[in-house]
Amino acid sequence: MGTETRYRSSHEWARKDGAAFVVGISEHAQESLGDIVFVELPETGKELKQGEAFGVVESVKAASDVYMPLSGKVLEVNGDIEADPALVNREPLAGGWLIKIEASKPAEWDGLLSKEAYDTEVSKE
Amino acid sequence: MKETRLHEWHVRAGAKMAPFAGYDMPISYPMGSVEEHLCTRRSVGLFDIDHMGQIEVKGAGAADFVSKMVTVRVLDMKDGDARYSLFLTEQGTVLDDLFVYKIPGSFWLVVNASNREKDLNWLNEHKPSNVEITDKSPETYMIAVQGPKAIELLDSLSDKPVSALARFTSGNANILGVPCLVGRTGYTGEDGVELFFPDKDAERLWTGLINEGEKLGIEVKAIGLGARDSLRFEAGMPLYGHELSEELSPLEVGFKWAMDMDKDFVGKAAVLRFADIGAKRKLVGLSVQGGVPREGYEVQDASGRKLGVVVAGMFCPTAKLFAANAIIDSAAGKTGDSLKVIIRGRPASATIIKRPFYVPAYKR
Repeated sequence: MGTETRYRSSHEWARKDGAAFVVGISEHAQESLGDIVFVELPETGKELKQGEAFGVVESVKAASDVYMPLSGKVLEVNGDIEADPALVNREPLAGGWLIKIEASKPAEWDGLLSKEAYDTEVSKE
Repeated sequence: MKETRLHEWHVRAGAKMAPFAGYDMPISYPMGSVEEHLCTRRSVGLFDIDHMGQIEVKGAGAADFVSKMVTVRVLDMKDGDARYSLFLTEQGTVLDDLFVYKIPGSFWLVVNASNREKDLNWLNEHKPSNVEITDKSPETYMIAVQGPKAIELLDSLSDKPVSALARFTSGNANILGVPCLVGRTGYTGEDGVELFFPDKDAERLWTGLINEGEKLGIEVKAIGLGARDSLRFEAGMPLYGHELSEELSPLEVGFKWAMDMDKDFVGKAAVLRFADIGAKRKLVGLSVQGGVPREGYEVQDASGRKLGVVVAGMFCPTAKLFAANAIIDSAAGKTGDSLKVIIRGRPASATIIKRPFYVPAYKR
């Protein structure tokens, strides 16, 4: 299931992309943040553990940390959202991805939530 | 938590609601704060501002009383005049900012929702026996219609041309059959009006303006408090609790123009004392790179010395800037100088820039 998207309850998602994983924020997260006006992303090469903050998404209202769904090294950041942060609002699961990582503990994937499990969790908020 | 008469309309429209000054108010609608801001700058925005307070002052002593309580000149006001003013504490700091409307037979003081009770108590403490003070807020609805096409829209829906009103004057008109006091005033930096009318007509007038706008081919959208804040901020208007407060003198934030020093008013003696000593702090505009400057963030000089603090900051959709208003040492910096704003523990580059970040349409 190479194209399956899995979630963390802190509202990030991860998806396998070749040998790497793409990471972004969920539709629910962008919708509750409102208009996103600035995104702060890490340097490539940075190594972070699962659950550590890797960046900040700033909406009109507030600044929110975003957390690593999986432990790993940052391979690439999405340069498109620097000029157009609202891309994260428009396409949170596609063009508005945040970073690509090389997972250092691929087994963590098994502990992430399926879309159904994440949606159920969100509906309880 | 109080609700305005349009609360249900906002919820049906999908607004994000949040508490503001004791009311559950719309912060943004599904189109989003940025697009709401831009819509107001290009066409027409509608603002539910029923939480604002309206205080009527009448009686034989009304003019002298209002003159003593507000900083702006009052005794030469003619029926229909509307002037921006401040209430000051005895210490010469800002108790509230307001609009003074002179209308036949009375004055109306339009005050901030968050300060309404405080203002009423303070006015009543100073009230002489030949003045009557009435809180008209419960029966008065207030909406703002703002934007470059607002006057065109209202002219076609009104029994009298709204365009005949000069900026900062008011008059009566029936708009879509609703009797309104129409003030050519606003809080967005665009032309437009603020309407006062009977509470019961709120939904009829609100939905009427949207529907008639559509028929006329004029884009009319409901605008939440998020965009109301960015519109006023960009246009250089203060928000009480940020650029104005009981901690700040009007002389520190560039509001000398709102005070008539040729008359007596509460707080004047303290203002004069303050003017003698000289302001130690000042309000400056900053353009910031590398994040959104927000209220409470520290401002430093290039060497890392603390100069002051951000009192309001955000993304400006029209000016396309991350900008801040900061209160800093009065000796520190002039337009063009480089400073730092500490964002999440890291110094971000900031430049002192001229305010306002967007020159109001009616001043160009």
